[in-house]
Amino acid sequence: MSVTTDAGARPSERPAQGAAKPPLLSVNNIEVVYNDVILVLRGLSLQVPEGEIVALLGANGAGKSTTLKAISGLLKTEDGEVTRGEVVFAGERIDGTDPDRIVRKGIFQVMEGRRIIADMTCLENLRLGAFTRRDAGVKQDIEMVYEYFPRLKERTGLAGYLSGGEQQMLAIGRALMARPRLILMDEPSMGLSPLLVKEVFGIIRQINRDLGVTILLVEQNARMALQAASYGYIMESGKVVLDGTASELEGNEDVKEFYLGGGDERRSFRNLKSFKRRKRWL
Amino acid sequence: MNTELLGQLLINGIVVGALYGVVAMSFVLIYKASQVVNFAQGEFLLIGAWTCWWLLTKWQLPFIWGFGFTLVFMTLFGLLLQVVVLRPMIGEPIISVIMVTIGLSIFFQALMKWMFGVFAQPFPPIFETGQVDVLGLRIQTVYVMSLGISVVIMAVFAWFFKFSRMGLAMRATAFNQQVAQSLGISVRTVFALSWAISAVVSSVAGVVVAVVNGVSSALSFYGIKVFPAVILGGLDSVVGAVLGGLIVGLLENFAHFLDAEYLNWGNMYQVAPFYVLIVILMIKPYGLFGTKDIERV
Repeated sequence: MSVTTDAGARPSERPAQGAAKPPLLSVNNIEVVYNDVILVLRGLSLQVPEGEIVALLGANGAGKSTTLKAISGLLKTEDGEVTRGEVVFAGERIDGTDPDRIVRKGIFQVMEGRRIIADMTCLENLRLGAFTRRDAGVKQDIEMVYEYFPRLKERTGLAGYLSGGEQQMLAIGRALMARPRLILMDEPSMGLSPLLVKEVFGIIRQINRDLGVTILLVEQNARMALQAASYGYIMESGKVVLDGTASELEGNEDVKEFYLGGGDERRSFRNLKSFKRRKRWL
Repeated sequence: MNTELLGQLLINGIVVGALYGVVAMSFVLIYKASQVVNFAQGEFLLIGAWTCWWLLTKWQLPFIWGFGFTLVFMTLFGLLLQVVVLRPMIGEPIISVIMVTIGLSIFFQALMKWMFGVFAQPFPPIFETGQVDVLGLRIQTVYVMSLGISVVIMAVFAWFFKFSRMGLAMRATAFNQQVAQSLGISVRTVFALSWAISAVVSSVAGVVVAVVNGVSSALSFYGIKVFPAVILGGLDSVVGAVLGGLIVGLLENFAHFLDAEYLNWGNMYQVAPFYVLIVILMIKPYGLFGTKDIERV
């Protein structure tokens, strides 16, 4: 695997809001309700500028995956609904659109837990990634994916028998096959060994740099995510509570405390709790 | 032992079994894509056969045209049936959907009787009836033709699901609808398409049977015969459906042979598949080829 992980690979850091041209994706004050009663997102806003990697961080249940599904439209398949606010992609409102239409507009979600099709081969999974395309470049792109992930070429059996890391690579490869402008990636590090996490993140950065694909990354592994991203948002109970450039966030004491682990000194659990109660980001 | 009768019946079993296989395949197609158990599968054969018969006898169309129009009609019929009747049922309990398909089955049977009468009608002669000798057994050429058509349909199915873009999309939808949608596949289109393909393929089988035996409401019995075949093969396996169909066809005729030669109980061939169905459900409820989910965490 020839993945460069040097610091120079980091995309240019600049605040998203300061950009002159409008962002590729902008989520404006959305509210999401599941089953007509459960309010999950309450007024969430974020911007993703074209060509950047943006990280969306937060604890379990903060609403990160829901945010991605609200963008990709997959919310509809889970009986969820955007009840307020708007999602604008490339100057066009897309909230309320069917998920298959949104894929055609250029947004592809790599769902949590890979979700590759277990009873198909790698090649069939890749070809399905290109389902929305009709051009002749599909074959060429399969070769391109194999260049990023040479292991996948050797695997001729069913995708269900691949290892977790290989499944993640297949899921990313499948996303590339759709030639999207924006990839929504939900916890690519889930269930992978630290070494594999590093490899996967290396590839995410490489894809972003080589192909110019914009990436919105949801992660538990905040350290890895902030290293790859140029800008980050931190969510708590359905809202963005903090945002800033990746290096600002990495330097922020509270972020260190809650998400990166460590801090200046180790605190006992009880102290941590009281600290949390005092300071709720708000 | 009457080996000639046995040979004839076994060949009969293969020919009929291949047709069962084709109908079972189209049944499995609907089940896999949209999780609907279609009790009106046999009526697809019936409607297809009557449509073709009507075009050939009342409009005196040449067979190729009549058959072509039948296929077009059945495509639209399958699409419309899904869009108008089954689509609003998405998300309803499985038992409601089953009741709807049973209702459709009764409705279409009655409709056909009302439109075309209750008597069996012979198909106009289309091909010269001849016989060929295979291994000392005389086989009617229509049987050979019927077998040939079944094999061609199966080959097209295999190609479709392995290589075509839409076939892959249908398999993805069968695997998981949310995943399919995340890939840009319109699940609605896949549902409608699966009903259209199922209706067309079944109607081909219907026309083939009608050419051999004439058109009558007995055709819809194929829809019932499909159950032992499908359960034997595994409810969600296309390959299993084909093999299940062949096995049921052979079994039926073998039971007929035993009955005719030794038992003299009468009608054994009609019940035998269902005995087998009961036994299979007891010892191997997922069938021979029913999927065992691959799970790797």
